[in-house]
Amino acid sequence: MTSRGALYFAIMAAALLATGIFQSWNVAFGIIGMCLISAIMALGLNIQWGYGGLLNFGVMGFTALGAVTAMLVSVPPVTEAWEAGGAGIMLSLALLVATVVVILVARRMVPAHLRTPVTVVLVILGFFFIRVFYVPATERIEAVNPAETGFLGGFGLPILLSWVLGGLVAAGAAWLIGKVALGLRADYLAIATLGISEIIIAIIKYEDWMTRGVRNVTDLPRPVPPEMELWVAEWFVSIATFFGSDDTRAAIALAMKSIFIVLFLIVLVVIFWFSQRALKSPWGRMMRAIRDNRDAAAAMGKDVTSRHLQVFVLGCAVVGVAGAMLTTLDGQLTPTTYIPLRYTFLIWVMVILGGSGNNWGAILGGFIIWFVWVQAEPFGHWFIGNVTLVMGEDHWLREHMISGAVYMRYVLMGVILLTVMRFAPRGLIPERS
Amino acid sequence: MSFLAATHMTCGYGGANIIEDCSITVEQGEIAVVVGPNGAGKSTAMKAVFGMLELKEGSVVLDGQDITSVPPQDRVPLGMAFVPQNGNVFVTMTVEENLEMGAFIRNDDITPTMEQVYELFPILYEKRNQLAGELSGGQRQQVAVGRALMTQPKLLMLDEPTAGVSPVVMDDLFDRIIDVARTGIAVLMVEQNARQALEIADHGFVMVQGKNRFTDTGEALLANPEVRRSFLGG
Amino acid sequence: MELLNAIALLTNFVLIPATAYGAQIALGALGVTLIFGILRFANFSHGEVMSFGAMAAILFTWFLQGQGVSIHPLPTALLGLPVGILAAIAVTLIADRVVFRYYRQQRVTPITLAMASIGLLFVLAGLVRFIIGPEHQNIADGERFLITAFEFREMTGLDEGIGIRQTQALTLVIAVIAMVALFWFLQKTRAGKAMRAYSDNVDLALLSGINPDRVVMIAWIITGALAATAATLYSLDKVYQPFIFLQILLPIFAATILGGIGQPVGAVIGAFVVAYSEVMVTYAFRRFIGYLGPADWAPESMVQLMSTNYKFAVSFIILVVVLLVRPTGIIRGKVIER
Repeated sequence: MTSRGALYFAIMAAALLATGIFQSWNVAFGIIGMCLISAIMALGLNIQWGYGGLLNFGVMGFTALGAVTAMLVSVPPVTEAWEAGGAGIMLSLALLVATVVVILVARRMVPAHLRTPVTVVLVILGFFFIRVFYVPATERIEAVNPAETGFLGGFGLPILLSWVLGGLVAAGAAWLIGKVALGLRADYLAIATLGISEIIIAIIKYEDWMTRGVRNVTDLPRPVPPEMELWVAEWFVSIATFFGSDDTRAAIALAMKSIFIVLFLIVLVVIFWFSQRALKSPWGRMMRAIRDNRDAAAAMGKDVTSRHLQVFVLGCAVVGVAGAMLTTLDGQLTPTTYIPLRYTFLIWVMVILGGSGNNWGAILGGFIIWFVWVQAEPFGHWFIGNVTLVMGEDHWLREHMISGAVYMRYVLMGVILLTVMRFAPRGLIPERS
Repeated sequence: MSFLAATHMTCGYGGANIIEDCSITVEQGEIAVVVGPNGAGKSTAMKAVFGMLELKEGSVVLDGQDITSVPPQDRVPLGMAFVPQNGNVFVTMTVEENLEMGAFIRNDDITPTMEQVYELFPILYEKRNQLAGELSGGQRQQVAVGRALMTQPKLLMLDEPTAGVSPVVMDDLFDRIIDVARTGIAVLMVEQNARQALEIADHGFVMVQGKNRFTDTGEALLANPEVRRSFLGG
Repeated sequence: MELLNAIALLTNFVLIPATAYGAQIALGALGVTLIFGILRFANFSHGEVMSFGAMAAILFTWFLQGQGVSIHPLPTALLGLPVGILAAIAVTLIADRVVFRYYRQQRVTPITLAMASIGLLFVLAGLVRFIIGPEHQNIADGERFLITAFEFREMTGLDEGIGIRQTQALTLVIAVIAMVALFWFLQKTRAGKAMRAYSDNVDLALLSGINPDRVVMIAWIITGALAATAATLYSLDKVYQPFIFLQILLPIFAATILGGIGQPVGAVIGAFVVAYSEVMVTYAFRRFIGYLGPADWAPESMVQLMSTNYKFAVSFIILVVVLLVRPTGIIRGKVIER
């Protein structure tokens, strides 16, 4: 990292400090936690875009896969629901696997010209056959105490486990998708990944037996044992008292957030360390060679498609980890909040602003953009509120504009993206050539 | 002064010069041919003449007007037409539409010119409603030349018009090019098939490593023993 | 009789809605394919351009309604449409001037242009939500039905009725007019041919003296006009809601790629394939089968391939199959360098 990069990070730190002093430490700590998660997402995307030149417009989907994993790992199983429909679901899953196996075997056995029709027929048959067991099972599960459960629940394991599993699930999905979509034109991959992410969200939204859908799963278990939380909280309360504050509740909230910050920081450092090593390894050099001149690399005997598959899977795994962390922080799974602008394209703004191909840049971009994203809301209110005062205190247009002020941050993000692309296309901390 | 005088041209991509101090001239109603071994810079010289590459040194004068700094698009209205070696027809458009597009800059009646082109290339009239992409290689070249002629150029530049066509088609194409020159147009072309090209050439330019090696009439070059030995295979 | 009933049922629930939807997708896909062909990039902001145009149309419609203007039985939004078209054209032209022109001159890769379109997507999405809000807006006034299912039953004596909503008929009429006009323009006019030439072979188009800026400008104007029309018709037929226009990109892109990039005819065919597949796959065929077979043989569960919640998956599957089987599309489209 250059001294200029260090300066940017110093400014960022000062901005967070100012937030703590002038707004509240609670807000500042909240922003820092999300900044760290954003930085990890940006690192994941940077592996794909910065190292490999892959246009992944499906970041949202892989985030959501991590999120679902966090929920499934941590919530306790709903025994009644398992009794009602667990067998049916398991049978359906087994049949799904069987169908895939049958199709794969059949494709080997039949002559080439029959492959497509046979596959189509088998897919349709398998589909209807599975539904015979699947549909009644889901209906029975969703009928079990719908107000509180209505889903199978999870595995009741420590939620921290999902930070690894979430990455693995996202990586698995990425492998399947990459097998199909990689090797095509870059913008086709973008369209395909945008599509798959919408489908992943649709599944999470509407497969109630698995995720409770739009009714959300709340009160996810916390990542650290209560004793530890208590110990940290006491520590914070004593600091607060030392500084003459008697706001114990704020101190405890701060304590919780700082626990998360420490955990997130550890993950960020680990992923960053691996990313840096990978970038500087022969593998990283080869990736960049492929990115810069794909045809030349292919002519030199590099297996471009399988290299791309590697970066795609790795990047998605990192994004999945971040998704699981995000859900852990939120303590709930809320499928309706997943929209591409926030979970896909915002991450893109982070990477482009920070500097494609530079991991320090990705982290910086994650911090800056999340900070701006959050602070734009109160600032927008304040700004528009003041500018429109001339209209009169409760002019309808003023009220309309204030209520819509929050959406100006989309505009701001667009302007940032376009400005950076135009005037500093290599980002704040450019890749070292 | 020749009708087209490209003199002392030096240019290339990036730092390296592909052609150095290269001169090419053409007269109206005449055919000038640039020949030479692969990599001699023939096509680069054509691009330089048409302004697709910026000259480091030298100048291009057309009909007494210095056009060295005129961008390629603006050379079309001045009477230059260029037929590239590849991608020289609109494959998704009909033959007639290709000719129409050739005449895009004109605002007058283009039917007489189109009739002239059809007269020159009768096969195009037959195929006028077919997509250019469906034609054979030789017919495509005819469309390409026809498209270029639609601007009523004073100078027609052809980059390897016979690349990839059979010998019979090549002879036919050369006959047409002679016909074009007879209408008073100056023709400048780059050719791989050096012997056949020089046979129809009024002037020939033999290029080697980006420089003029021999410059003479086509006949004289064909008779020159050194040219024969080195470039025409004996 | 049973067969007629079955046909009527299918017409009412599949054929008519899918045709209207297909026409809306087609108008959108035509814009995407034009930009793909002329400027050679996937325009991810297209949905938001549509949204912006529809928003302008709606605002003007509200204004007219406030003034008491009405063209009953036709919906007032028809009068708002021209304003929506102008607004969308303004957006595309300003965007080209401010954003895309620079990159075009730099001769950047299609990826950079696609990324720039994300910037535009953000800006437009924000403006739309700021101006009209994120909630859904219903703008269909005017007569609801050309013919109701009830009237149809009375008329024919069938058990199943066919209802045609006015908005569906309007969609089809306007879409047909727009497409005929577009194809006439592309096939018969000088400017249209120049656009096709430019889309076919940029270098040769430049050699022929075709002015690239003019071609690009016309492409944006047409795209904006089609986008606003598509989105206004969609909003009339269903409902206007800003978030839909990012999701609708998927069927539009699927139609574009299925039809072959840069191929207007292909885009229209692709749009209808996508629309029919989407509606058919998510339609419950239980009653349909009931009419065709012996009494009571219809299965208990609904014979529905996929829940309507997953209709976007249909576009996606079509997209993936096309990419795997025939990446050039039905009508061999451009293979633009990576």
